[in-house]
Amino acid sequence: MNLDSMYQEIILDHYKNPHHRGLREPFDAEVHHVNPTCGDEITVRVYLDGAADEAKVVDVSYDGQGCSISQASTSVLTDLVIGRTVREAFGTMDAFVTLMQGRGQVEPDEDVLEDGVAFAGVAKYPARVKCALLGWMAFKDAVARVVGGV
Amino acid sequence: MALDVETIRKDFPILDRVVHGDKPLVYLDNAATSQKPRKVIEALVEYYERHNANVHRGIHTLAEEATALYESARDRVAAFISAPSRDEVIFTKNSSEAMNLVARVLADAEPPHRIGPGDEIVITEMEHHSNIVPWHQLAERTGAAVRWFQVTDDGRLDLSTVDEVITERTRIVSMVHVSNLLGTINPVETVIRRAREVGALVLLDCSQSAPHLPLDVRALGADFIAFTGHKMLGPTGIGVLWGRLDLLRVLPPFLGGGEMIELVTMERSTFAQPPHKYEAGTPPIAEAVGLGAAVDYLSGIGMEAIAAHETELTRYVLSELNQVDGLRIIGPNTAEDRVAEVSFTLDGIHPHDVGQVLDELGIAVRVGHHCARPAVVRYGIPATTRASFYLYNTPAEIDVLVRGLARVKKVFGG
Ligand SMILES: Cc1ncc(COP(=O)(O)O)c(C=O)c1O
Repeated sequence: MNLDSMYQEIILDHYKNPHHRGLREPFDAEVHHVNPTCGDEITVRVYLDGAADEAKVVDVSYDGQGCSISQASTSVLTDLVIGRTVREAFGTMDAFVTLMQGRGQVEPDEDVLEDGVAFAGVAKYPARVKCALLGWMAFKDAVARVVGGV
Repeated sequence: MALDVETIRKDFPILDRVVHGDKPLVYLDNAATSQKPRKVIEALVEYYERHNANVHRGIHTLAEEATALYESARDRVAAFISAPSRDEVIFTKNSSEAMNLVARVLADAEPPHRIGPGDEIVITEMEHHSNIVPWHQLAERTGAAVRWFQVTDDGRLDLSTVDEVITERTRIVSMVHVSNLLGTINPVETVIRRAREVGALVLLDCSQSAPHLPLDVRALGADFIAFTGHKMLGPTGIGVLWGRLDLLRVLPPFLGGGEMIELVTMERSTFAQPPHKYEAGTPPIAEAVGLGAAVDYLSGIGMEAIAAHETELTRYVLSELNQVDGLRIIGPNTAEDRVAEVSFTLDGIHPHDVGQVLDELGIAVRVGHHCARPAVVRYGIPATTRASFYLYNTPAEIDVLVRGLARVKKVFGG
């Protein structure tokens, strides 16, 4: 069944056992994003150390209500960005966004995206791309609030 | 008299479709929009192939044919809702436009209908955004306030507060006849009785009742009703505002333009009588003709028979869904005063995921907040999955849905 390409085991694992979930202190910025078409909501907090691009992402915590795709992709996001610099995290984000907007035509790089490659199948479902990007866009917004437009 | 559903299904070409390879389409998203019978599709084609012209503004043959077809659609719609006069039927783009029209003109009206500072507008917690937002906008413009009835845990309107919510300050009560989220048929008589005591107008959003229940505006007793063609077998782009003629005569026009005038000089304009007063510009002619064909089709089968068939489906789907572990019905759990639109949640599985797996099996449902976010929030959930039925749906399709839900649980379980 086609769906298997969307609901990869990795995605279901992150959904059932999300990483870094829950809102934590301390944090520098908190944002709340919604997907108005389906009502999914997410709150993301970031805690940075340092300035501008070279600031280090010390923590990303989150809470929200959403489908397996939005929840799992946020869980994967935290694995990929915590401990990295803002520059590195945004580089990874660009790769993930490119994958999601590639309509299934983009070959993901596992070295960059790690578990994020599991979302390649989601890119074939236009209605779900927004779900996969919900947490990422919230993260980008939260970081920008701390370091200014990067 | 039972519906001959197998014969009816043959009238709807799209029901033969397969999706995702070889899965027969099981279309359970009728509350969002209905499918169209061949008669309606043919009426559109026939109109464009043989009669197309602008209406009310030509003396040539086609212009007269187009005008006659357009106006005859108005007659059919008037008959469909038992309107005392055909002039009470105003064609709009959809329900949303019909309700916006009322909200707009009440701000510009002369007393006693004008809505201004200190006046109150009453809605309910189960409204579609189309019957919330125009009132927020009106309140913002005029300084009026919006109040509302709450809904109960089992999906009914809480009318215990009717005398406190509707008061001498209330100028209009605008409420949904049948909820698109909960499936509830509201007891509008109680509300209308109270509105009459205080001299308030009443608008009913009949978007979900006109397709499924016999409607008689004389018996309903409201001042306005709104409904939308695409949910009742008609095309998109056509809706209806029905209003009491005495009101339509005194209320100001909505949009200005061609067709809605009596006389225009460079200094001022005077306006046509209803319904044309409210139909500025070239109307959706083919769409109105299509809606006329749709109400002919519905009347041919009989709204009583359709409603009875759907009540059977409601009973069956509720009894089947109630046996699914972890499934919670959002809305009344009995078929009483309820239509065949069932919202539900599945423990621990987001509606988006439910809908995606069902789609893979050929089953079309809607997921999300169904443009009724306040009510969804009221139930403490982010979204629901909604299966909504129509005259062409069968109990066998309910079985497919229930098997699909078992598959959903398998994908996301444990
Ligand atoms: C109860 C209700 N009101 C209003 C609407 C709006 O209908 P339309 O989008 O055709 O204007 C809908 C349909 O979505 C509805 O279900």
